[in-house]
Amino acid sequence: MNHGTSLLWKRRALSSLSSTRRGLPKEKMSENGMMSRPKVLTIDTINPTVKKVEYAVRGPIVQRAVELERELSEGMKKPFAEVIKANIGDAHAMGQQPITFFRQVLALCSYPELLSDSSFPEDAKSRACRILNSCGGNSMGAYSASQGIDSVRQDVARYIERRDGGVPCDPDNIYLTTGASDGIVTMLKLLVCGEGATRTGVMISIPQYPLYSAALAELGAVQINYYLNEEKCWSLDIDELQRALNEARLYCNPRALCIINPGNPTGQVQTRECIEDVIRFAAKERLFLMADEVYQDNVYAEGCQFHSFKKVLFEMGPEYSETVELASFHSTSKCYMGECGFRGGYMEIINMDDDVKAQLTKLLSVRLCSPVPGQALMDLVVNPPQPGEPSYERFIKERTATLSALAEKAKLTEQVLNTVDGISCNPVQGAMYSFPRITIPEKAIQEAKKLGQQPDMFYCMKMLEETGICLVPGSGFGQKEGTYHFRMTILPPTDKLKILLNSVKEFHQRFTQQYS
Amino acid sequence: MSSMQQVNPKVRGIRNIVNLQGLAAQITQQIAKGEQKPFQRVIDVSSGDPHRTGMRPLSFARQVLAACLYPELLKDNSFPSDVRQRAQKLLGVCNGGSVGSYSASSCGIPQIQRSIAEFITRRDGGVASDPEDIIFSSGSQTTLMLVLHLMSSGQGPTQAGVLTPLPCPHTLPMLLDEAAIKLIPYQLLEEQGWALELEELQRALRAAKGHCEPRAIYISNPGNPTGHVQDLKTIEGVIRFAASEQLLLLVEEVYQDSVFGQEQKFLSYKKVLFDMGPKYSDKVEMVSFHSISNGILGECGLRGGYMEVINMDPLVKSFLMSMQAPYSPPVLPQLALEIMVNPPSPGDDSHEVYSQEVLQRAEIISQNARRGCEFLNNIAGMSCQPVMGGVFLYPSLQLPVEFIQQAEVLGMQADVLYCQKLLEQEGVCLGPGSENGHDDKNFHIRLCVLAPPAVLEDVLQRLSSFHLRIQERHH
Repeated sequence: MNHGTSLLWKRRALSSLSSTRRGLPKEKMSENGMMSRPKVLTIDTINPTVKKVEYAVRGPIVQRAVELERELSEGMKKPFAEVIKANIGDAHAMGQQPITFFRQVLALCSYPELLSDSSFPEDAKSRACRILNSCGGNSMGAYSASQGIDSVRQDVARYIERRDGGVPCDPDNIYLTTGASDGIVTMLKLLVCGEGATRTGVMISIPQYPLYSAALAELGAVQINYYLNEEKCWSLDIDELQRALNEARLYCNPRALCIINPGNPTGQVQTRECIEDVIRFAAKERLFLMADEVYQDNVYAEGCQFHSFKKVLFEMGPEYSETVELASFHSTSKCYMGECGFRGGYMEIINMDDDVKAQLTKLLSVRLCSPVPGQALMDLVVNPPQPGEPSYERFIKERTATLSALAEKAKLTEQVLNTVDGISCNPVQGAMYSFPRITIPEKAIQEAKKLGQQPDMFYCMKMLEETGICLVPGSGFGQKEGTYHFRMTILPPTDKLKILLNSVKEFHQRFTQQYS
Repeated sequence: MSSMQQVNPKVRGIRNIVNLQGLAAQITQQIAKGEQKPFQRVIDVSSGDPHRTGMRPLSFARQVLAACLYPELLKDNSFPSDVRQRAQKLLGVCNGGSVGSYSASSCGIPQIQRSIAEFITRRDGGVASDPEDIIFSSGSQTTLMLVLHLMSSGQGPTQAGVLTPLPCPHTLPMLLDEAAIKLIPYQLLEEQGWALELEELQRALRAAKGHCEPRAIYISNPGNPTGHVQDLKTIEGVIRFAASEQLLLLVEEVYQDSVFGQEQKFLSYKKVLFDMGPKYSDKVEMVSFHSISNGILGECGLRGGYMEVINMDPLVKSFLMSMQAPYSPPVLPQLALEIMVNPPSPGDDSHEVYSQEVLQRAEIISQNARRGCEFLNNIAGMSCQPVMGGVFLYPSLQLPVEFIQQAEVLGMQADVLYCQKLLEQEGVCLGPGSENGHDDKNFHIRLCVLAPPAVLEDVLQRLSSFHLRIQERHH
């Protein structure tokens, strides 16, 4: 063996020694005498919790939808002319128009030379100047403080005070985040601790928005399911909360309770009484309340009203308002703005221990700051044009048009789906989705099992292939055992929505026939 | 009420922030309220944030973004035709033709993934890049965090570790803390312009054995904060080291467009890897990072970056992508990235202005670096290595014993106290070397030189007079 080769063997021997010690699989000599080196990152060496992360909204059915789009564009014949992605709450993708004022201000912020352009209204210009003055170097391209631009946080605080009938809001309790998701996941991360029976448990509604289950899985926290009552329009039962909590106490340490109001995927808008009950429950059981309120302007049903958790909390008096820990979340992605691509969001933290809050601040600072355009947009959302200002009329017109179109579509969806035998749709009180219950014939269930699919995934996949409509099966959100649902957005323009709903109806009838 | 004991130990384990920027903001507010200070305004050059220091954004980029934000601007001649064309093209790749929609994939807008892949191929002289290997996120901390989370495992002697340069980017130690990954420092050689020495890598790895499981080596090239640009020999050596020691390469190349040393050139790790042949290019796992927070665009506040994932196990990659799935990267920065890799071409309306602006920036940064280095080397008690790239100067500080003692009494690192006093007395905010990992008596400060020359001059003068005062006072 020559010198070079012996060195080679020596190096290999040493490194394979280090590999073993480092818990990495040893090199193997394969048949042709070549060393096959396993990878550094393998299923066995990576973080065990990441393997459990799933997110149905962008899951396998969407991948298939994208494939079908590609096939269509390549000229393949399909029983439909286009794929409709009714799986994701993306209003602009479905043709909703942005609010002119917001986009004008943001364009001015992007290229301030436009301030001399007379086609922009004065109020947009003054708003842009105000935002730019709060930015480092007067540019949206500078990092902001990690908690967010100071003047924006102050504006958010004032918005919350106005919204909540004067209940005071401290700007120090406001954190600007990269969408509400960032805030939610950061809070969950902050609260997760313990091992085994003391591991943090987090209560979440079933059905839920799968960001929560994904985050809890990745954090290795315990997911505690509480079931919403489908028969009572997806309402929340305190008895059910208690049941879930009591059971969970046997194997984990329940510390937080997540509520989505208005609900996703269910659209239910909680009554004031219900919110009070939840607050009392959280107080009694010492739970950290996380109120996801991103759909707060999306309320359609008569008799329904958005009540912010914070407002109700404070109106219940100091016994609660001084003790119950609450984090509430908002975003620029939904409501009448639909600006998902900006990743704008905020959270308000109430009654958090100062030291814990310092840890939260520290955690957020690791990522430097949230996107500044999103912060600027959030500023405009909480501080829209006022009566008398040049852009006010247009703003109100656009906002009203968008919200009333959504209300109309919510009603239409409920009506049409309820005419279908085997589909039962609760009123879409708010948010952006319908979550109807579907009856799947036994034969289809068996077929699904054979394919190793959830029955509602099987159903939705078939619908996709036959109609081009992409929905998300209820199994992606959680549902009572033996029930099946799908989530469909109400976002397509009314004409298209009518066609969509009809296609869904016809598909369901065909499907039921086929598997009877 | 939740208490400290109930906070996630991983969060508690994140080292505390040195919040000089918070103090800087506070002082700025005090000035705005009319409080008297020994200076008119605060100058913050502690991070690689050129807009903050007064550098203007690139016109073409901001015009295109403005038109994308408010497409009404496309209807008239507010902007040159190439701006309008580009805006139209970019709006065409956004769902619903709006920058407000989610990206079609959580990994990014597919057409822009393709643009980036094409850019990388061009840059690397034809080495293929797959758009499916490009993952966008809101800034390089977030992209890096994904990978760190992916590899985080174990505790104590089985805790995953990353070989990390000393000094490293000041945001890195906290990221490692958050991911519960052990920081294994390898010293860069200050006397040689902060070069990387292979023996030191090997020493660091040996020292780590038994204390943790080294899984990766982090490289910053051009160096942040050192400004060192690695040569071919070094890069090949690191790649061989990573191959033989089975380490994942995490290569941060954000300042690849800011190289101004006379003999130096940016060499991408990926290109070198592929030039070394299949023995390495088929095996070595690598993730390289880039972002718009760089020396050219400097759009730190937009928060946009990407990573290219090379040779990752396909199953592991699918998990990486599923981690990313619930989070949609912001759209505007992706458009900015596209502009970054496909600037105006010769003949385009905006080409002249664009080229001038880029050239001007390149000149400013190289002149500032030279000027700054020279100036600092002339200050007694300061020593600055020549800088070949990046956006920082990272001089060493000799501090009087009394000053160091004063810091100890206050429970602070001396360089942090130094920076705090500098801020309070002169209104200049620099970064302490302890943020970059230097937590011993080897004090350094970092300052960003991507600033208007007059601003840098102001900073240097103030720093100089402050430093001399410190030396005199604590003699």
